[in-house]
Amino acid sequence: MAPAFGKCFTFCCAKTSPEGDEMATDAYEAAIKGLKDLLSKKADLGNVAAEKIKELTQELKELDSSNSDAVERIKSGFTHFKTQKYLKDSARFNDLAKGQSPKFLVFACSDSRVCPSHILNFQPGEAFVVRNIANMVPPFDQKRHSGVGAAVEYAVVHLKVENILVIGHSRCGGIKGLMSIEDDAAPTKSDFIENWVKIGASARNKIKEEHQGLDDEAKCTECEKEAVNVSLGNLLSYPFVRAEVVKNTLAIRGAHYNFVKGTFDLWELDFKTTPAYAFS
Amino acid sequence: MSTESYEDTLERLGELLSCKSDLGKVAAAKIEKLFGELEEQKSNKSSDAVERIRSGFIHFKTHKYLKKPSLYNALAKSQSPKFLVFACSDSRVSPSHILNFQPGEAFEIRNIANMVPVFDKTQHSGTGAAMEYPITELNVENILVIGHSRCGGIEALMSIKDDAAPHKSVFIENWVKIGTSAKNKIKQEYGDLSFQEQCTHCEKEAVNVTLGNLLSYPFVRERVEKGKLALRGAHYDFVKGTFELWELDVKITPAFAFS
Repeated sequence: MAPAFGKCFTFCCAKTSPEGDEMATDAYEAAIKGLKDLLSKKADLGNVAAEKIKELTQELKELDSSNSDAVERIKSGFTHFKTQKYLKDSARFNDLAKGQSPKFLVFACSDSRVCPSHILNFQPGEAFVVRNIANMVPPFDQKRHSGVGAAVEYAVVHLKVENILVIGHSRCGGIKGLMSIEDDAAPTKSDFIENWVKIGASARNKIKEEHQGLDDEAKCTECEKEAVNVSLGNLLSYPFVRAEVVKNTLAIRGAHYNFVKGTFDLWELDFKTTPAYAFS
Repeated sequence: MSTESYEDTLERLGELLSCKSDLGKVAAAKIEKLFGELEEQKSNKSSDAVERIRSGFIHFKTHKYLKKPSLYNALAKSQSPKFLVFACSDSRVSPSHILNFQPGEAFEIRNIANMVPVFDKTQHSGTGAAMEYPITELNVENILVIGHSRCGGIEALMSIKDDAAPHKSVFIENWVKIGTSAKNKIKQEYGDLSFQEQCTHCEKEAVNVTLGNLLSYPFVRERVEKGKLALRGAHYDFVKGTFELWELDVKITPAFAFS
């Protein structure tokens, strides 16, 4: 790459495929040729070049081992899926290729230990899944929370899911972060995390008030569950959710997965509007 | 959540009726009605859903959780995933399935069309928080953004004819517009292809837009520059059964000092 003034970003997109390898080899050979041409004109640069090439070789060795671990992990993971699932159940995957009709919209934490495909054995096609820190559903807000809004809108209005399930879990880092916020008005220590988990602030306040006698970990456990209830309430701030719930075409449930004890609690939000009394 | 068993509530009912025996007929009628409702519930959707959740968890507990106690004991104490994965919320593309990620391996963010918006504390705190935690506190080494075939979100993006027109949706168009530059590029370079082929190209190009947006987060940029965080994009095609993987190479050269 030619030197440029100031900082220079080098973007290369290389496919890890035979064509990609060929492109990479061509690029490397062109670079070596350019280097040799330069050194043939400026022989005094030889020692400097040798040092730099040694450094570069070392860097590439280190990069190669961690990169190739990751690439290998991804490759073997996909191969496992393809041979053990995709090719063994071609009827299901043919159908799914045409369209999806999941019965569940699931909110789960991004935590690596609580994937709904594992803990509830959801198969491809069964559950539309949203994963974020502390499995939060913020209240309706077209400006600040379009991400969750879009997912709920798509699942409820377009896919017409019949169930929404919000799953909290034990040892949740997001909830712990929420419980650690002493003063809501103080400047945040993080760029994003505190602002996000504050969606659950009312849960934290409730726990701090009602469970003062519990130790920190027990308080967090209560907050993990109460924050799910805050999210269930927030779901009702979306008009398209409310419309389906009052028609009984959409059920809303909360859950708590405790991986320390190996338990799963499930509860439901019962929501009904009675016919109106007409006073005149 | 009910904390009383039905035996307890029946006992209380019995006590009430022993004091107010005139309520007996009314009680009988109401109980018959309740019996009918409960019978119906056996076959209705609600209990189907509850049963699906229950049996799913039991399957996990017997086939995985109890079979690997040392793994789950270790995970109960802490997680140290090597991957931060962005995948679409689509029910067909769970990374645990398609890449066989086991508990503890991958921190996952799932949203419509696997998008990462540009750094924005006001409008996009959710994605920001979901990235800040694994990168700054869990020190993941790899970010992987996986696009996929027949993506409804990308289709919605490609269907937006006029960016200035009022939205038909409440949220969806606003969200998928994160990928607008991808849509524009595809419409320009592949205008002669069918809509579906254009969508396939956009699914991949939108991943590249997201990879670029990742660099707008300082805590990503600084780790990428130091070689501690690798950024990769991928496209899972469930129609063909293929998976493409590519990498984003980012480097900042040392500065030339002019004086």
